[in-house]
Amino acid sequence: MVFRLQIWPDLFFPSPITVAETLVNGFQDGSFTLALAVSFRRLLIGFTLAVFGGTLLGILTASFTWADETIGSLILSLQSVPSIVWLPLALLWFKMGEAAIIFVVTIGGTWSMALSVASGIKNVPVILVRAARTMGASGLPLFTEVIIPASVPHLITGMRLAWAFSWRALMAGELIGTGKGLGQMLMWGRDFGNMSLVLAIMILIAVIGSVTDNLIFKRLEITVLRRWGQLPDSAS
Amino acid sequence: MLEIIQVGKTFTKNQKDLEVLSNINLQVPEGEFISLLGPSGCGKSTLLNMVAGLDKPSSGTITVSGKHVTCPGTDRVVVFQEAALFPWLTVLDNVCFGLKRLGLSKTETKQKASMTLKKVHLSKFLQAYPHELSGGMRQRVAIARALVMDPQILLMDEPFGALDEQTRLMLQKELEDIYLETKKTILFVTHNIREAVLLSDRIIVLGTRPGRIIKDLRVRAARPRQHNDSDLIYLENKIMDILQVEIEKVAKEELDDDYTLTKDSFPWDPDRDLGSGI
Repeated sequence: MVFRLQIWPDLFFPSPITVAETLVNGFQDGSFTLALAVSFRRLLIGFTLAVFGGTLLGILTASFTWADETIGSLILSLQSVPSIVWLPLALLWFKMGEAAIIFVVTIGGTWSMALSVASGIKNVPVILVRAARTMGASGLPLFTEVIIPASVPHLITGMRLAWAFSWRALMAGELIGTGKGLGQMLMWGRDFGNMSLVLAIMILIAVIGSVTDNLIFKRLEITVLRRWGQLPDSAS
Repeated sequence: MLEIIQVGKTFTKNQKDLEVLSNINLQVPEGEFISLLGPSGCGKSTLLNMVAGLDKPSSGTITVSGKHVTCPGTDRVVVFQEAALFPWLTVLDNVCFGLKRLGLSKTETKQKASMTLKKVHLSKFLQAYPHELSGGMRQRVAIARALVMDPQILLMDEPFGALDEQTRLMLQKELEDIYLETKKTILFVTHNIREAVLLSDRIIVLGTRPGRIIKDLRVRAARPRQHNDSDLIYLENKIMDILQVEIEKVAKEELDDDYTLTKDSFPWDPDRDLGSGI
């Protein structure tokens, strides 16, 4: 429809058919597949680091008041900083290349993961802890066998958020950084005036984002919530 | 033998002291089924939590077979009003949770747990998760989870309070059977007079503001008990009269001063026409 209005010349706003052709061609000559592989490698490394780092930070802030009062408020303020603004620093620290982008991806996911873990631990039902204590659990076993499993619903939500933030950070990082990821292809498309490539990649990004969220994280979340009794059994 | 000596509990809220329990003295011999009965806010649950070691008394001491109670221990297991099962574990694993810490072998643990679950008639649901069970079944699991630890004292904090009437009657009956079979000391907290009378050997009636013992009653009726036993009904009415004064006291504090539980009752039929129809 917008295309039909002919507001912009074909060069700036290609027809849906051209975009579809670019998509098919991209997959046929393997350039999209390669870009996807490169991007996903960065994403997975960054995401894993973010989940582990965030979980550690979350446990720390939830367990000790001194940590909460110092790091806790810092995490909150860092959460509001878009992770791409770390890129200049990352470029200085890690030089141009993989590490800088992975760093930005990690930073993107870490804070929301830490916040979710901390709130998960703080919201563990008191009654469960009391019950466990009367059955002789205390100290570390109480923590690993009761408090951590009880906060799993929050952990999953944290992972889902971290994934979304990491994905955004990755795209932003790749636009500016180097390599062969999806973001870089997007920039090439701009540089060569190939708007159908740009649109094709945008569609790809949207599809991947929603597919991973819906297929993996949402399903996981629903299963966990139902098991933990926070969702009625009939809802699906 | 559970001994509660001169125990008091004061909560501090907004720099104001609120005395919840004052000067509680109680001795519970082994194998007795004893109920703490009282209106809400009389501190009966607080007292149970202190025996469990989850709360600390402000004054006085609690001992179980001569040992000071300072922290929770497996000799005093609690069944709460909400079953408080771990949702990520199966029924069997929930019951195994405390056993694992006692240093038994894995097969022994599993065997003991399934045997106890059989006692509460849940053999068919060993691999089910708590969210798949009804409220009554969850409470059965909670009871099994406590029984399997073989505690010296079983503490029950309104265990049937959240259940519907039919399920409650059924579980009361089964609890009596379990008591007759195991002869455990059971400390049972409830606000349900009928439940206390039906189940207990001894009933401690607590008053409010501050919580204190106002009556120590024995129930001398043969077990297994029947709901329509005239002795039990007589006792129930007696406790009702004692508690009426207490309930009215609380109501007067919370509602207006002129509140009374029993409205002025007329010694005649209100529909009587006083002869005006002649």
